Amino acid sequence: MASQRLIYLDNNATTPCDPRVVEKMVPFFYEVPGNAASRSHPFGWQAEEAVDYAREQVANLINVDSREIIFTSGATEADNLALKGVFEMYARKGNHIITLKTEHSAVLDSCRKIEKLGGQVTYLDVERDGRVDIAKLEAAITDKTILVSIMWANNETGVIQPMKEIGKICEKHGVLFMSDATQAVGKIPVDPKETGVHLMAFTAHKMYGPKGVGALFVNRKNPRVKVTAQMDGGGHERGMRSGTLNVPGIVGFGKAAELCAKEMEADAKRLSVLRDKLEKAFKDNVEEVYVNGSVESRMPHVTNISFKHVEGEGLMMTFNQSIAVSSGSACTSASLEPSYVLIALGLGDDLAHSSIRFSLGRFTTEEEIDLAIASISKGVQHMRDLSPIWEMYKDGVDLEAVEWSEH
Amino acid sequence: MAYSEKLLEHFKHPKNVGTLDKDDKNVGTGLVGAPECGDVMRLQIQVDDATGKITDAKFKTFGCGSAIASSSLATEWLKGKSVDEALAIDNMDIVEELALPPVKIHCSVLAEDAIKSAIKDYKGKQEQA
Repeated sequence: MASQRLIYLDNNATTPCDPRVVEKMVPFFYEVPGNAASRSHPFGWQAEEAVDYAREQVANLINVDSREIIFTSGATEADNLALKGVFEMYARKGNHIITLKTEHSAVLDSCRKIEKLGGQVTYLDVERDGRVDIAKLEAAITDKTILVSIMWANNETGVIQPMKEIGKICEKHGVLFMSDATQAVGKIPVDPKETGVHLMAFTAHKMYGPKGVGALFVNRKNPRVKVTAQMDGGGHERGMRSGTLNVPGIVGFGKAAELCAKEMEADAKRLSVLRDKLEKAFKDNVEEVYVNGSVESRMPHVTNISFKHVEGEGLMMTFNQSIAVSSGSACTSASLEPSYVLIALGLGDDLAHSSIRFSLGRFTTEEEIDLAIASISKGVQHMRDLSPIWEMYKDGVDLEAVEWSEH
Repeated sequence: MAYSEKLLEHFKHPKNVGTLDKDDKNVGTGLVGAPECGDVMRLQIQVDDATGKITDAKFKTFGCGSAIASSSLATEWLKGKSVDEALAIDNMDIVEELALPPVKIHCSVLAEDAIKSAIKDYKGKQEQA
């Protein structure tokens, strides 16, 4: 490990667990060791009480009833439960689900599984700004449609979908609306009821809580929504998700939710200033820089930038000893395919390979942003000095006309 | 993923970055890969008429760290070799020298392709002359 502190700008991957959260969790490993489902002794009662309290804290953050919160192991499980659970529960009503091409793989792969089980899934394109076209969404709804699944905010670009408009369309057609809100909850105000969302997946570790615990919000009234359990066992969580509750994790999730409710407005304000500073510095000082996705409807702490004619993973190698970000270039993945999210926005493969995602967080400082600007600008220069495409571009060669040898 | 010291050194301080005159009849240029695939290598050799040996080699690469290191290493190896010796450079030699992980083997393949392509270009020019 380097002696200097690593600058962490990859908060969309996971956030550090807030020390105030850790402090609340610690007693639940040893001092309060009970199983929340043990009804016959104080160990169990104490654990249950702690879970109930945390459930209130989580419910308060998104303005729902605590009985509408189903704890899971994370957002991936919550996505699976919502999609597969609705598909199974509402099989008599229909078998068609509508989602977006830019969804997280937890949603996309659940949908592919559903197709194998006889379901029909429409994967809608997004517009250039990453947002769904409401008219196209409405046109995709059929009398077999049971569910629309659209993420609140995208993990790679931070683009926020027109949630209220989607909610209205779903209401108009009597279709359930599910949202993977993993990247939005705790960062911006998220109110599923006001938005017309009936099921919503989210997780603690993207909002300064621990890993390994998430939740599915399931609307209880108007309409009463039910999902078929995907995990069978002791019938925990109102029969929708069996398995002993992760009490320390849930306690931490609750505390994280409480902190977010109090601090998210100030955090968002501060981080958007830093994000804008970062973005402006690159635009002002580095040539051929492109911001990907909508800049109007976007999370306050995220920017996704393509540095043209520079390969993202190579660029990261120039500074990854000191700064952590992620790239839409997938040079390390077996497929070698660049980000499908950026491709769905209509970016060429070359720009997708050149992209870097910066996601700031509660613990990001201005000094770190200044260091990142200096270090990454230098890295871009290093990579462009090495890049034959940059040289050709500078010499006025029409890169579109070059016959590349695809490999 | 942890990279080898040798790879990191070639990445941070690449050898023989630059451009030779592609119109010179003693210069062979190989341009392989495509921006859409995430890597493009341009490798050039300069061959001495009298000795038939490669006197200079330059490269520029758009790509990940392994692609840059592979091409930097290739230019180092090329200098001083005859054209026929250069043709014998195998991508697995590069993999071994830089300890490339399996997902990066294609970078070494690209470097080998770039060498072969540069030599082909050089030979083509010689036949025309």
